[in-house]
Amino acid sequence: MVQEMAHPFSKYLRAEVMPHIWCSGCGNGVVLNCFVHALDELQMDLDKLVVVSGIGCIGRTAGYTNTDSFHTTHGRALAFATGVKLANPELEVVVISGDGDLFAIGGNHFIHAARRNVGIKVLCANNLNYGMTGGQQGPTTPLESITTTSPYGSIEHPFNLVHLAAASGATYVARWTALHVRRLTQSIKKMLQKEGFCFVEVLSPCPEIFGRYNKMRSGLEMMAWFKRASVVESFSDPSKAEITAEKIAVGEFVDMEKLSYEKMLHEKISKINEKAMEEVG
Amino acid sequence: MPKIRSVLTGAHFMNGDVACAEGAIAAGCRFFAGYPITPATEIAEHLSQRMPELGGIYVQMEDEIASMAAIIGASYSGLKAMTATSGPGFSLMQENIGLAVMTEAPCVVVDVMRGGPSTGQPTMPGQQDVMQAKWGSHGDYGIIALTPSSVQEMFDLTVEAFNLSEAYRVPALLMGDEIVAHMWEKVVIPPADKIKIVNRKKPNVPPENYVPFMPDDDLVPPMACFGEGYHFHATGLTHDEHGYPQTSSSEVQSRLVRRLCEKIQRNSDKIVKVEEVMLKDADVVVVAYGIVARAALSAIRRARDKGIKAGLLRLITLWPFPEKNVVRVAEQVKAIVVPEMNCGQLVREVERAARETPVVFLSKLGEEPHTPMEIFEAIRRSS
Amino acid sequence: MPERIRHAPLDKEKVKSARGEIHLLKDECKGCGYCIEFCPKKVLEESDEINARGVHPPKIVDESKCIVCGFCTAVCPDFAIFVVEKPNKGGS
Repeated sequence: MVQEMAHPFSKYLRAEVMPHIWCSGCGNGVVLNCFVHALDELQMDLDKLVVVSGIGCIGRTAGYTNTDSFHTTHGRALAFATGVKLANPELEVVVISGDGDLFAIGGNHFIHAARRNVGIKVLCANNLNYGMTGGQQGPTTPLESITTTSPYGSIEHPFNLVHLAAASGATYVARWTALHVRRLTQSIKKMLQKEGFCFVEVLSPCPEIFGRYNKMRSGLEMMAWFKRASVVESFSDPSKAEITAEKIAVGEFVDMEKLSYEKMLHEKISKINEKAMEEVG
Repeated sequence: MPKIRSVLTGAHFMNGDVACAEGAIAAGCRFFAGYPITPATEIAEHLSQRMPELGGIYVQMEDEIASMAAIIGASYSGLKAMTATSGPGFSLMQENIGLAVMTEAPCVVVDVMRGGPSTGQPTMPGQQDVMQAKWGSHGDYGIIALTPSSVQEMFDLTVEAFNLSEAYRVPALLMGDEIVAHMWEKVVIPPADKIKIVNRKKPNVPPENYVPFMPDDDLVPPMACFGEGYHFHATGLTHDEHGYPQTSSSEVQSRLVRRLCEKIQRNSDKIVKVEEVMLKDADVVVVAYGIVARAALSAIRRARDKGIKAGLLRLITLWPFPEKNVVRVAEQVKAIVVPEMNCGQLVREVERAARETPVVFLSKLGEEPHTPMEIFEAIRRSS
Repeated sequence: MPERIRHAPLDKEKVKSARGEIHLLKDECKGCGYCIEFCPKKVLEESDEINARGVHPPKIVDESKCIVCGFCTAVCPDFAIFVVEKPNKGGS
């Protein structure tokens, strides 16, 4: 056991702002770890990578990665990322954000970005509540969960994010938990090499708040739930990919080829300019 | 001669919205994200046609909030970017205008003002958003707002807006109104090499020495863009010069926010533009802007015919408010007349600058701006 | 006992299994316990010492059991542990 070596991924992280603010056992740290792991395995050109995040605990990710990065207003990461990607399609644009930021306030931007099939890669840390603001219910909070704004148990049905992403037109949709570190890393690698709008959901422990209110007082207990309940059901019907106490459907649900917005735009522009040149003669 | 030109040099008969769109293109804008809204829709429609011809991007976003976010993204990717809207969309954009201010993203936002509040009168003119232009987003900040009075100015001031936004790394607002946007007038577009273009300052240090929000003496930091190897971070959170969030330090909050205000205020002499008509010996001056200034011009000429020494101070820049110009005028005259198509917005700034000098406010709402007679009567009563 | 268990692999001398060198960045640890819990060889356990964050970082029980699966490296939310493959001198 030696202590002088730096962590092999330290070059992907801004030393001046580490350690991160996340709680002990927080899944965000695992998501960040898998993300930089994927960058490392792909030997990604960091000069061409832009990390965009929204508001939330996971939103701090953009500040931690040693890349061009931007921390937007709540919910608007995908709209901002659309501008970035279309203005410079050479850039690899990754949105790392949370369930509330992407699907409550950001819901409209999510479905349209997916519909347009802009080549943005979305990594969603779904911790089933609004962690940063103290643990309020959100669009993915399971029915009857206790949160600070559902003290009697939530009466709202949660979104099935995999179903929503698939229905909106994403070319790649996957769900893993923070325990599935290997497969999560592989899915991130896959989406970084794929054309079009890609979505990877990570069921992420929020032990300090969501876990504590819902009888899973530690990260280990939440990870135990993931281990017990996860079933890999790749390419099964996304509408049936549930998350309950008994079952968490994980896997890759959609993996298809579809021309991206920026490619279609490029083709149009070329056609228009060809035609104009023809007319000039 | 190539069929597709970016700058349409020559004399044209066009409407204000189209002139604005062509002004954007002439200024180098190659990214437009917008959402249709009367009376600004024609800007989007025209650019959806022109942008692809020039290899630029037109994208129709799902709402105005997304449009504003997208242009900040495009700006950070290195393109000159613009959006256009009217009152209801302008309200939606405010939060992200704040983001553009906080991250010092150059961009242009056109607000073609219509009757408000709320859905109001979509096809009628108004000047009811002028205070919102300065104070619309939460927090303290400085911003630049220009207001055209003619279709020619819809072209010229759009170019100017881009130049100012690039020079000061701030969103520049073009506050038009439904009449100037929809009327047709002659527009002369100069040759491309005669149009002054300003681009954002770029860093002249290598990435390891780059401090993204360290200002130069003019209080404006040089701007690197995504993909240039600088690996910088920008956030809407209060941040230090390195761009990293500093949410606990009073010192950083004070330093950053005051600089964002000072950046515009301290440079206001270079930013502010007005038009002075017959001011030298004037006893009564009309301070007006936008379409109302056209009627005001007619009114002061009529007054001069009747022997009243009237003058016009036409505001081209709304924000930063041309305070020095109004102070100078106030010291000289008996009264200032301010006609506005609202219930009293910019007149408050005029009153503040005018101090003891009486200010007469003429309010008009609805389909027509003030007639020259209405303004003339006010001049006559004040002289 | 089946043949395949009674005899060692014929290439035992040539193929070396991985040996791990575990690096603990003790003061980065926030004590979540993931590395300890999910190590397939139970190489780690919670130590008694208290680090700069006031928690018990892991300690290595028997580094020779580490098979360099890298799970601890991958699952640590705080980049506080990583394993590198040690050059192997002898047979397994």
